[in-house]
Amino acid sequence: MNRVVITGMGIYSTIGKNIEEVNKSLYEGKSGIGFEQIRKELGFRSGLTGILERPNLKGELKRRQRVGMAEEGEYAYVATVEALKQAGIDDDFLDTRDVGILYGNDSSARSVVDSYDLLKEKKDTALLGSGAIFQSMNSTITMSLSTIFRLRGINLTVSAACASGSHSVGMGFYFIRSGLQDVIICGGGQEINYHSMGSFDGLAAFSTRENEPQKASRPFDRDRDGLVPSGGAATLILESYESAVKRGAPILAEIVGYGFSSNGDHISVPNVEGPAKSLEMALLDAKLKAGDIDYINAHATATPVGDLNEAQAISKIFGEKTPFVSSTKAMTGHEMWMGGASEVIYSILMMQNSFVAPNINFDNPDEYSAKLNIAAETIKNHNIDIFLSNSFGFGGTNSSLIVKKIK
Amino acid sequence: MENQEIISKVNDFLIDEFELEENQLIPSASLKETLEIDSLDYVDLVVIIEKNFGFKVKGEDFATIKSLQDFYDYIIGKAHVN
Repeated sequence: MNRVVITGMGIYSTIGKNIEEVNKSLYEGKSGIGFEQIRKELGFRSGLTGILERPNLKGELKRRQRVGMAEEGEYAYVATVEALKQAGIDDDFLDTRDVGILYGNDSSARSVVDSYDLLKEKKDTALLGSGAIFQSMNSTITMSLSTIFRLRGINLTVSAACASGSHSVGMGFYFIRSGLQDVIICGGGQEINYHSMGSFDGLAAFSTRENEPQKASRPFDRDRDGLVPSGGAATLILESYESAVKRGAPILAEIVGYGFSSNGDHISVPNVEGPAKSLEMALLDAKLKAGDIDYINAHATATPVGDLNEAQAISKIFGEKTPFVSSTKAMTGHEMWMGGASEVIYSILMMQNSFVAPNINFDNPDEYSAKLNIAAETIKNHNIDIFLSNSFGFGGTNSSLIVKKIK
Repeated sequence: MENQEIISKVNDFLIDEFELEENQLIPSASLKETLEIDSLDYVDLVVIIEKNFGFKVKGEDFATIKSLQDFYDYIIGKAHVN
């Protein structure tokens, strides 16, 4: 079995538009959350959202490459350019090796809404343009990136709700470990537009702390009142250790364990057993004990039940003495389809720079979060050799990844 | 609308929407090989023509159009009918 390493990372997020900016924001505990008035005008319960502008790719990409690219595809493109650059993957490499793509995404609503509005006005599908169909599909990111970067390996989208990004990394890990591929572009992208968020808002799962947007996302805090939807994209280049060493690529970290499970339970309410099973499986896969983990990047989105159940799952596996735990969603909001990939990047940055990013807004614990060693402030000079990153999604899909520093 | 005005309008949207350079717009230029306008682009041409000239054309008509001059002639013909 091949060892699987990460040789490149790139990100476009509400807390920074590249790795360097994101690293700074994580260290400083900077929030990317704001308020969008139009959501209130449309009847949203909450106007809170991650704030992110779309990149201008005119001049960088050809018209045909841009026309079929949805918002999250633009974010993913920018993140992937950064990741490929860090990995030292150039045009020649892309043209001579079978590079794959497994990217997490689970919606692309804007194009559907816009096309339908236009259709009502024009009453003619011939006037909808050529890009809408490609923008509207869940696989819009893999479709765009595989054609732009001329990829010839595995090419598919991983749709697993808020665990999409994490499973994409897990699947990439399996493909490379088994020898089926040498290099795969993994990651997750998430649209941030209000067109896609109304129905989720309708579930009353979003925080309504609108008078203090940057304090609204409060994972594990006693007074949390819901998540804040957010988005962007995060890309990781997964590569076999052998390939990375052979071409002298930078080795940022090694993936050593992937655990997954399905709750087989409620469509939206998480439980304790499913996540605990996924955690245990990842540890078993990595041949590690709970005590070997130096940091847990929690899924915790700041919903009352979700955080409570995750806290119990972590306690169940780690016992009374947990490693440092933080949910970076306190800063980023819930990056949903992107989150599992971005949170691996956030954790690698902490590992590389020896700190634990703060779970900001954690002012008071509840009964279960009190049992976790939550980093409410930035923990400086903290060595992380191994971390665990959890992602859970609607439908009870769970994913846990364990990543190790290469020494 | 005068023919020259139509040609100028076509050139403008080819430059603006299709990001072509003015010096590429030679009447003898092949739509497919030189200007790289493919069958998917025909779908967008239908939208742009409707927006600029107010009449609808069929994307499949473009399959028989080879050069930019053919394209001008086609639009001019349609404009005079509509």
